[in-house]
Amino acid sequence: MKAAVVVFPGSNCDRDCKVAVERSTGASVHMVWHAETALPPDLDLIVLPGGFSYGDYLRCGAMAALSPVMAEVRKAAERGVAVVGICNGFQVLCESGLLPGALLRNSALKYVCKPVDLDIVRPDTRFTRAFGSRRRAVMTVGNGEGAFFADADTLSRVEGEGQVVFRYADNPNGSLNDIAGLINTGGNVLGLMPHPDRSFEAELGSADGALLFQSLLETA
Amino acid sequence: MRARVHVFLKAGVLDVQGKAVENALHGLGWSGVSDVRVGKTVEFDLAGSDPAAAEGEVRRMCETLLANTVIEGYRIEVV
Repeated sequence: MKAAVVVFPGSNCDRDCKVAVERSTGASVHMVWHAETALPPDLDLIVLPGGFSYGDYLRCGAMAALSPVMAEVRKAAERGVAVVGICNGFQVLCESGLLPGALLRNSALKYVCKPVDLDIVRPDTRFTRAFGSRRRAVMTVGNGEGAFFADADTLSRVEGEGQVVFRYADNPNGSLNDIAGLINTGGNVLGLMPHPDRSFEAELGSADGALLFQSLLETA
Repeated sequence: MRARVHVFLKAGVLDVQGKAVENALHGLGWSGVSDVRVGKTVEFDLAGSDPAAAEGEVRRMCETLLANTVIEGYRIEVV
């Protein structure tokens, strides 16, 4: 498996993502600076990491969505390459229009940092099949703007198309419909606020994040 | 010309920051305050002399970058 982690100025989970993907899957992981205008060839996975890209100026993920490399990420996504955006990466995917909706300030106005229980709503996606018959996973969230929002029409379309992959068992931030992670209609672009890259070994409190990355081995 | 863009969360999108400010104002005794919305203003100089053309240009800036129209509305002034 061959993967790339995009590094925006202000990303701070890029190294975590590299180590998580390497240790979970044995993949070779390339770090790609946001100003690049080409991605390494034959990628199986592109990760948009967490952090505070461009200092979260204007809106979380707004500047990063317009980075040169995002034009290449968009083309790769259109070719069917797996793309996962974690936390700030999820915000970037929504800002770039690769996923519907937006992430708002947490309802309690607090930065939330803790392990959360997730219901695996869609165990059949290319990002979740290694969970097997399990319907519950534990990962860590760490965000101040993680409340998923979409207008009523978009939300009912997202639900109708079965795009919700993970829901919070106990909603920590006011996300509509308890949405923690969702996928595009093509099934190859996933965004989630919880961090699989902080939950990939038992020593971190949970190894469930590794299963997300290992799921991709089947299509690599 | 000077452009001024006001960006606010749309009606129907919960503005938790506005809610917190509202609660604080109530706490200070301004009980008549309601529906507080916190937004932002972006101001910049713009080359050219045709306000109508400038407004069209600024509108494109809003749609591309300055506002996320999934959650935000905007108002443009060109002076």
